[in-house]
Amino acid sequence: MKNYGLRNQKHKYLVRQFKRNQMENQNNTVLKSVCFHCGEDLPKLKYQLDDKDFCCAGCKGVYKILSENNLCNYYAYNDNPGQRFNSESRLEYLDEEVIITQLIDYRQASSSIITFYVPAIHCSSCIWLLEHLYKINTAIFSSRIDFLKKQVTINFNHEEISLRQLVETLIHIGYEPLISLQDVVKQNQNTDNKSLIVKIAVAGFLMGNVMLFSFPEYFGLSGFEKQFQDLFGWLNLVFAIPAAFYCGRDYFISAITSLKHKHINLDTPLALIIAVLFFRTAFEVIFKTGPGFADTLTGLVFLLLMGKWLRQRTYHHISFDRDYRSYFPIAVTVIIEGKEKPIAINEVKIGDRLWIRNGELVPADAILMKGDARMDMSFVTGEAEPVHKVLGEIIYAGGRQAGEAIELEVIKPVSQSYLTGLWNNENYKSDKSRETFNDSVAKYFSLAVFVIAFASAGYWAYTGDTHRAWSAFTAVIIVACPCVLALSTPFTLSAILSVFDKKGFYIKNTDAVEALAKCDTIIFDKTGTLTSSDTAEISFKGSLTYEEKILLSSLVRNSTHPMSRHILQKLNPDKFYTVQNFLEIPGKGLSGKINGLAVYAGNLSLLPKQVNHADERGVHIIIDGQYMGVFSVNQQWRPDLNKLMAGLKNSFKLLLLSGDTSKDEPILKTIFPADAKLKFKQSPHEKLSTVLALQQNKACVLMIGDGLNDAGALKQSNFGIALTDNINNFTPGCDAILKGSSLNLLPAFIQLSKDGLKIIKTSFAIAVAYNCVGVYFAVQGTLYPLVAAVLMPVSTITIICFTTFTTGFFARKRKLK
Amino acid sequence: MNILYFLICCSILMALIFLAAFFWASKTGQHDDVYTPGVRILLDDEPENENSEEDHFSN
Repeated sequence: MKNYGLRNQKHKYLVRQFKRNQMENQNNTVLKSVCFHCGEDLPKLKYQLDDKDFCCAGCKGVYKILSENNLCNYYAYNDNPGQRFNSESRLEYLDEEVIITQLIDYRQASSSIITFYVPAIHCSSCIWLLEHLYKINTAIFSSRIDFLKKQVTINFNHEEISLRQLVETLIHIGYEPLISLQDVVKQNQNTDNKSLIVKIAVAGFLMGNVMLFSFPEYFGLSGFEKQFQDLFGWLNLVFAIPAAFYCGRDYFISAITSLKHKHINLDTPLALIIAVLFFRTAFEVIFKTGPGFADTLTGLVFLLLMGKWLRQRTYHHISFDRDYRSYFPIAVTVIIEGKEKPIAINEVKIGDRLWIRNGELVPADAILMKGDARMDMSFVTGEAEPVHKVLGEIIYAGGRQAGEAIELEVIKPVSQSYLTGLWNNENYKSDKSRETFNDSVAKYFSLAVFVIAFASAGYWAYTGDTHRAWSAFTAVIIVACPCVLALSTPFTLSAILSVFDKKGFYIKNTDAVEALAKCDTIIFDKTGTLTSSDTAEISFKGSLTYEEKILLSSLVRNSTHPMSRHILQKLNPDKFYTVQNFLEIPGKGLSGKINGLAVYAGNLSLLPKQVNHADERGVHIIIDGQYMGVFSVNQQWRPDLNKLMAGLKNSFKLLLLSGDTSKDEPILKTIFPADAKLKFKQSPHEKLSTVLALQQNKACVLMIGDGLNDAGALKQSNFGIALTDNINNFTPGCDAILKGSSLNLLPAFIQLSKDGLKIIKTSFAIAVAYNCVGVYFAVQGTLYPLVAAVLMPVSTITIICFTTFTTGFFARKRKLK
Repeated sequence: MNILYFLICCSILMALIFLAAFFWASKTGQHDDVYTPGVRILLDDEPENENSEEDHFSN
């Protein structure tokens, strides 16, 4: 029963968190010492309910709700299915009618339907629980999960339960939906894909039927069967009409637009072939001169559309085109006539007074009017330390307040702020059209086909055989079909994509793989890219006795701040004392009285007495007036960076662009090769202009970054990789998303993409060989439809087998399989 | 052998019906999520709740 759900099924789209995988391995051996809900290790002092152990009050709370509502089946499908969470989201904005109408899909008399994106969805237990929401609250009629998209669609009675209460219910059971501005802006990218699938279905239907009616012709008709010949011919012609003009319409449109721009792309010869096949079929059927090429035509269209579909294959759960809108919250608190009111972010005007609480984001460039601002700009500038701002200073959008609530006056609308300007920079619009191998070859290929076709037609016309001239001309064009060229690329590249995604490297589309193969310069960001934020390690400078440790743990236990949690985990006490006069000053620290002793934990400005300490950062501890020491977070470098650089330095020019200070320069010098340029204190705009400058020197730039401060550079670079430890987290717009744990495989990824290009070129050579055989018959004007109908699928199947086999071979060679 | 004309018409009609069925399935979103239903079928309903099997969603 326990292993029922998804656990055994390794679906390729199922992205598990690295951590959870580790968790599972542990579960097999020590089952008892982990939290019943989330599976994390239990602290010495655990929470208990119904004989079950929990790691924190949050997990216990979720279990309580579930057990009260008779939902404990949740734990039956998987061990420890929950996720530890810590939500401090403010949800007042969900009461605003304007925002509700933007979020809701559909509303009718008393029921509303809404779709949420819930990143925590990861196993069959999640499906079970989220589809039984009606048990928790009867105002919820039903809910349905789309597992791969991590979406839940809820139908609820909005007269009995407000949207805010609904979201609160979800948060209480540990499934906080991610509501961002980009969700409000509805995207319908699916319609494109759907119409293609319909076209493939039609093409498959046409191909099947045409093949059926062409078969008698292949085997030769006896005199008696001749009466059907006309009927089959006309039926084939009728089926060829939608194949050419409905299924193949996009090729004509694309060919015409590219010709208008005086440019030949791969669709141009394809459109020509479809047209020639159709008209020759029509001609032969109407004038009863032959069976026509309807079978080749429908087969060709079907295969081409299949190739196109492979190219469009996308990842449901990963968004590559995110911009500032998905990073920003959808609403912000504004003070109007002394009252707080949440309003939608795109309605924020110049002159509005914003009220930003601890942990909230400043959505627009603004001037500090009131309060003590300590801005965490790490995502915007890459600086690790919070910046202290004084009254009257400008605070740029994207900063996160760490401290008391502050009041700001907006000086620029959201869409024009310093940060969002990075996305609207006009640089991106120019020079981003990538010329793929296909497009560059298509030109010469088409030219060669035309020359041969006209030459053979001219020769037969010269000898006076006009009928042969016509059939030779059309036959050459039919046989020299670049169909293989159009198929080998999507087949090879999508095979490579699936090798990559098993290793935690998600590329936007197949065209991007070609761009990756061409890169010769690699730029790294430091914070979050070479260092890892996930595995931060706490260290303590100073000494604490056992008793002092208990005192300190009792204090920090009352706070949900991540730092307090880390300290508690580190100390792992076995008992607690009660705390009196507990006080938590956001962004500064904690204080309280325990057993008559005053205990402080926080940064230097909180401490009751002046302490001169070299290390300003970290959590300083004072117990009973005595300075005890400081807890600080060590920056963790990702493992094996030296190996990574060694693998890259021979074939690539390496650079480092960091927004942080140069304090890590000595360490970085040992990681990077001697000739690598290391630049520090780079603003987002400087990063962008460095990329631009390199590109002007004909370099093909691969940029690896993680934060908003890299967003401009990522977008401008020829290939931008966003590095993340959790796929569900925000990543800036990019060409690919790479899991932090797979960074070391980067050289192999690049190598494989280069191999991919080689495979495409080789398969092109094979296709040319096939074409030469076909053209030999074609120029003589003796091409029989049967030969064309056999030659095309045979060459296509050869190519598909070849690409699949060689891609697998190279993936094994690069140790990616 | 004139019966063949009739049979050919039948075969085309059948194929068209299947094509139409595919269109209908695609339009009503049956191909939108091809993964979750396979998991959902493995989850048990609890017997004590008689109404739980009702599909509230499709109304």
